[in-house]
Amino acid sequence: MRRPARLLTLLALPALLVLAWWAVSGGSFYLPSPDRVGRAFVETWFSERLVVDVLPSVGRLLAGYAMAALLGVGLGVPIGLSPRLRATLEPVLEFFRAVPPPVLVPLIMLLAGIDTFMKVLVIVSGCVWPILLNTVEGVRALDEVLSDTCRMYGVRGPSRLRRFVLRGASPQIMTGLRQALSIGIILMVISEMFASSSGLGFTIVLFQRQFQITEMWSGILLLGLIGLGLSVLFRRLERRVLSWYYGSGAARA
Amino acid sequence: MTGALKRGWYGLAGLGGLLALTEAVPRLGLVDERFLPPATRILGTLAAQLATPELWIALGETLRGWALGLALAFCAAVVTGVVIGVVPGLRALTSSTVEFLRPIPSVALVPLATLLFGPSLGSTLLLVVYASFWQVLIQVLYGVAAVDSVAADTARAYGLSVWSRVRHLVWPTALPYVMTGLRLAAAVAFILAVTAELVIGSPGLGAEIQVAQSSGAIPAVYALIVLSGLVGIGVNAAVRLLERRVLAWHPSVRSEVAA
Repeated sequence: MRRPARLLTLLALPALLVLAWWAVSGGSFYLPSPDRVGRAFVETWFSERLVVDVLPSVGRLLAGYAMAALLGVGLGVPIGLSPRLRATLEPVLEFFRAVPPPVLVPLIMLLAGIDTFMKVLVIVSGCVWPILLNTVEGVRALDEVLSDTCRMYGVRGPSRLRRFVLRGASPQIMTGLRQALSIGIILMVISEMFASSSGLGFTIVLFQRQFQITEMWSGILLLGLIGLGLSVLFRRLERRVLSWYYGSGAARA
Repeated sequence: MTGALKRGWYGLAGLGGLLALTEAVPRLGLVDERFLPPATRILGTLAAQLATPELWIALGETLRGWALGLALAFCAAVVTGVVIGVVPGLRALTSSTVEFLRPIPSVALVPLATLLFGPSLGSTLLLVVYASFWQVLIQVLYGVAAVDSVAADTARAYGLSVWSRVRHLVWPTALPYVMTGLRLAAAVAFILAVTAELVIGSPGLGAEIQVAQSSGAIPAVYALIVLSGLVGIGVNAAVRLLERRVLAWHPSVRSEVAA
């Protein structure tokens, strides 16, 4: 397709939807028009709130997520490599994964108070399970011929771990990381809605309680944009890490 | 068979180890009993709670929100996905919108749900439907795109109507993908159902946990968390069973049974 035509197909429906929003929103209290939300967005978030509320929230999310990734992969590799350990721990891990992560928020709040540490801990405790279980699964399903080849050529130790185990399990690990990212965003927001005096989740709920509807919508918009931005970043990372995998054509199967 | 049996024993040993650990750690005073009650007390509290009608009502509320929201999202997503996939040009037209709306975290809708429905089933449904709709829709779109082009041309050459093409060609091809979407959506829907109860206060397990937490009944908090984990396992198992039933004809399931 030529470029203008492609641009048109990309933008036609979003433009229509915004127009529909405009048409519906006339005078409604609960649904302010797009231009008012846009103005509120700029006024609300391009202020000191960006530094006080938004950036710390995102920072906690990234810190918790990174810790969960290290923990999940670090524990998942030995569990996946040892059949006995795996058989022993699998039911326990499946149970922990089945617990919906948000229920841990009240518990961890009781145990760790309501400071930054607790919020990061909540994110770690929710994100770690999908990463851990997918790592175990990926390491378990490593190609046996490749494993024998490694042994034949005397590839062992850290080199085997890096070039064979982690590489071979990386498609599964990335799947786990993707699931964990959406859980992490949920937990970031909930931990702040629950008990906090700052942060993105707290601010949005505050707007809602004070019936600042336009500001509330701008907050929803911001959360949406953060979710979108993180998922775009993640897809970039995935492309880079898994370039060998997509190239081999195995991803299509 | 013996291998599976052995694995089963190892699994039981793991669970037993977890129970022994949670029993021993507070008893030995490594962690204050107020923060981590011994396993026997947690399970005892759970048993006592299970004898009360309130808990079963809460559980029923949670499962009702889960099932209703999942069903709504599933039907809407399947219809939308098939229409987008079958009508030529619609996929390209909608892709930017889908890609934009899909990553929006459904908890962003919490304030809106509170405002519109307050602490009621409506709030739960709004969050559950939004979260699970995209999981199913994406899989349906993959599934519809996976239709074999030769088969599609054959169907067209034989003059099959749009409806019979959907019924006999698109639907069977997409079904494994649809079931994957349903499985993912069921897990997400359960998380969001509990979240809505926890944060907004709609009746259900999440609200019970919130009440137990604010009254400082720590064994009850643990007991309810254990219960929610068990329900989560039940939800996963039920959807997997359904998947096997529905896809019994599909090679991926048939070979599993044979092996």
